[in-house]
Amino acid sequence: MRLKDRNLLGIETLSPEEIKLILDTAVPFKEIFTRSVKKVPTLRGKTVVNLFYEPSTRTRTSFELAEKRLSADVLNISVNTSSIVKGESLIDTAKTIEAMKADFVVIRHSMAGAPHLLARTINASIINAGDGMHEHPTQALLDLFTIRDKKGKIENQNVVIVGDILHSRVARSNIWALTKMGAKVTVVGPVTLIPAHIENLKVKVAYKLDDVLPNADVIYVLRVQRERQKQHLFPSLREYSELYGVDMDRLKKCKKDVIVMHPGPMNRGIEISSEVADSNFSVITEQVTNGIAIRMAVLYLLAGGAEKVEEGE
Amino acid sequence: MRILIKGGRIIDPANRIDAQKDIYIEEGIIKRVSSNIKINKPNVKVIDARGKIVTPGLIDMHTHLREPGREDEETIASGTRAACKGGFTSICCMPNTQPVTDNQAQVELILSKAQKEGWVNVYPIGAITKGLQGEEMSPIGELKKAGVAGITDDGKTVYNSLIMRRALEYSKMFKLPVISHCEDTDLSAEGLINEGYISTILGMRGIPRQAEEVIVSRDIQLAEMTGGHLHIAHVSTEGSVGMIRRAKRMNIKITAETAPHYFTLTDEAVKTYNTNTKMNPPLRTKKDVQAIKRGLQDGTIDCIASDHAPHLEDEKNQEYELAPFGIIGLETMLPLIITELVDKKVLTLREAIKKLTVNPARILGLNKGTLSPGADADITIMDIKANRKIETFESQSNNSPFIGYTLKGFAVCTIVGGRICMAEGELVAG
Amino acid sequence: MTNFYKTKKMVMSKNEINITIKRLAVEIIERNHGTKDLVIIGIRTRGVFLAERLAAEIKKISHKIIPIGILDITLYRDDFTSLAEMPLVKETQIPFHIEEKNIILVDDVLFTGRTIRAALDEIIDFGRPKSIQLAVLVDRGHRELPIQADFCGKIFKTAKTEMISVNFKEIDQQDQVTLNEQMST
Repeated sequence: MRLKDRNLLGIETLSPEEIKLILDTAVPFKEIFTRSVKKVPTLRGKTVVNLFYEPSTRTRTSFELAEKRLSADVLNISVNTSSIVKGESLIDTAKTIEAMKADFVVIRHSMAGAPHLLARTINASIINAGDGMHEHPTQALLDLFTIRDKKGKIENQNVVIVGDILHSRVARSNIWALTKMGAKVTVVGPVTLIPAHIENLKVKVAYKLDDVLPNADVIYVLRVQRERQKQHLFPSLREYSELYGVDMDRLKKCKKDVIVMHPGPMNRGIEISSEVADSNFSVITEQVTNGIAIRMAVLYLLAGGAEKVEEGE
Repeated sequence: MRILIKGGRIIDPANRIDAQKDIYIEEGIIKRVSSNIKINKPNVKVIDARGKIVTPGLIDMHTHLREPGREDEETIASGTRAACKGGFTSICCMPNTQPVTDNQAQVELILSKAQKEGWVNVYPIGAITKGLQGEEMSPIGELKKAGVAGITDDGKTVYNSLIMRRALEYSKMFKLPVISHCEDTDLSAEGLINEGYISTILGMRGIPRQAEEVIVSRDIQLAEMTGGHLHIAHVSTEGSVGMIRRAKRMNIKITAETAPHYFTLTDEAVKTYNTNTKMNPPLRTKKDVQAIKRGLQDGTIDCIASDHAPHLEDEKNQEYELAPFGIIGLETMLPLIITELVDKKVLTLREAIKKLTVNPARILGLNKGTLSPGADADITIMDIKANRKIETFESQSNNSPFIGYTLKGFAVCTIVGGRICMAEGELVAG
Repeated sequence: MTNFYKTKKMVMSKNEINITIKRLAVEIIERNHGTKDLVIIGIRTRGVFLAERLAAEIKKISHKIIPIGILDITLYRDDFTSLAEMPLVKETQIPFHIEEKNIILVDDVLFTGRTIRAALDEIIDFGRPKSIQLAVLVDRGHRELPIQADFCGKIFKTAKTEMISVNFKEIDQQDQVTLNEQMST
């Protein structure tokens, strides 16, 4: 079994079988972290370029560690250190990377579709590490891995995604991934932050967090960005926090075994209280660990080579 | 030069002619239209039009020629070549050049260049406001005197309602249509594509239909108030069609155009992130496409215009968000109309030709769009059965979403002022 | 093209397999002067079952429980980018420290030696054992690397196109080793 596409551009085009394959493959990779040498030679001689047009310590270090644990040669290009600042186009940067004979490009970009443009332009396998408000596939995969790890299964889990759905690539990728795997997804947030026709994605829409919490198996808290206030999307962070902040009082109304997730970085005291973030309900640090295993699994599966049939030993 | 076009099916909506007839042209003027014309004069070029459709020269009332200012994208020469290839004999060029067509000298410059280098007739459209700034009215009287066929701030809406009111009032004196680009830019809020399911799953900022409709509504009220001639450019939504229909029933002086992509494509096409699906207004939904077609059928939408907007490959070949709005359209307009409207029985061939000839001519007050004896010999001959794959363009740019489409119905001969500029699908240098 | 295999010849019967495993167990104890610091690591998939049986035999003889580890060498393969199907990665489980241990590395068939090379590399990443010794049920020849078995059940000459198939009742219903031939349609 292998992935159909040589790129991972989004969850939308993955089949449930492919998602399961990635999750299953990540399990043995997690075992590697317990070894004294936390490294396997699988991608020895392969070059991975991490092309980050947006600052992201979290995702970049996670990818970098995944790549290094697979013994790949890693090159980081970020906005501050390269010619991107001088206004080089993505196409020209892509051609430069092509000339360096990169095997993988992990791209983070503030604009939707940038990874697709890259995939059309160069031969390397492209991994979308977040494009604008579009998708962030490895985040959704690590989230599913975490849910499966904690709950035993994804199917029929009630997942409540709370916050700024409109601007969130994490929400979009998670909605695709969770619904494909049979979870029941409810999105909650202020009307102004719920995008048009989201219900077409087979999710329920709610506006009152307290109404949907008692049923939740998983509460997925999204980061709220302060600049949205300036765009007239909600009146104040204080009001947002009052209506949608996840705190201990709210958790008391939930099932005893509810888990709380967050893609990070958190605004403690706004969308999530410190008490919740540091409680036993929170699986936020597991998400980080699992992220490395998922990214290793994705790199491994995309590294599969030619279509020739060869008999193994 | 004498030309005799023999044996074609003549469709001349202005004169209610749809019959097999011959046309005789002398000195750039149509002399006779009747059956079996025989000319006993020397040097008569005979064009065999059997099996072809012969119509008044097509008119595109919405073209961006980019000259002056962006000659790297298109020039008067290359844009009119594209028009000629597409079967057009007259085009109107929008004033959003650099500098803006907001003064007499600029109009004269375009006209003189078009005279020298143009392949087809060029009618400049003047700016409503100086520099398209929306603040001060252009010298509309002088513009008219210099030869503009209408006024518009296309690309922008005249945001100040008072200035729009004055423009509609003042232009009445010169019988100029006020062509309105309807967009509330606060509502469109730097959106990229239609706001809806597709914008949601692609994570792109959406442009709601209401960004267009709010201004259509405002302008209809101003047209009613002033009695000025309002022409709505590139209608893209169901709501706009409905409002224009009601306004026409109320005898408000309003006309409207749409562009071929608005009855051909929907925002589904954006899913490939092909930046040639990015235009303003954006591609809408199936519902809107159907409404546009109904609007074309019942005459709510008077004409079809290309909104030909050339952009360089390098400008389009970047992130969707960074790519400029607009696509070229002169060379795909006729085949899209034949393929999508005539073949699919949305419009009869006669109705379609009407929207490309006499209707735009009347809106702009041009003495064009007919095959009446005495009229300028602007004639298009088309083969509505010819199939061709869209690959290359005469235009200097190739930003078309229709590359790779196999379309039906192409112009095979274009005659401008009695001169054959395109024959058998090939441009004829004069 | 679909490949299937036709059984050509029986290489080892159930009985022969049992006797051979007993013999290998004895040889391992003899060579290591007992079971001190002895651990067994089986290579997935069938090396694991052979490892378990060897451990059981050693226990019968020495009354000592030998720790067993499982090795999945997929991530150490040198050919995986050219495979049509990505091999499913499974877990490696070595629940003991290998420092200063004598490791009996176990696989069912020794062929090109590439699997063993990968396994050696992987073990080394876990630490520095005192020694690594290789035990296999069948050595079918055609080595591509300088690797030999320390304990070998049976040496059996084969053609390169043939296939040795080891069946263990734990997953294959019955115990047997057969020589198969590839048929193409």
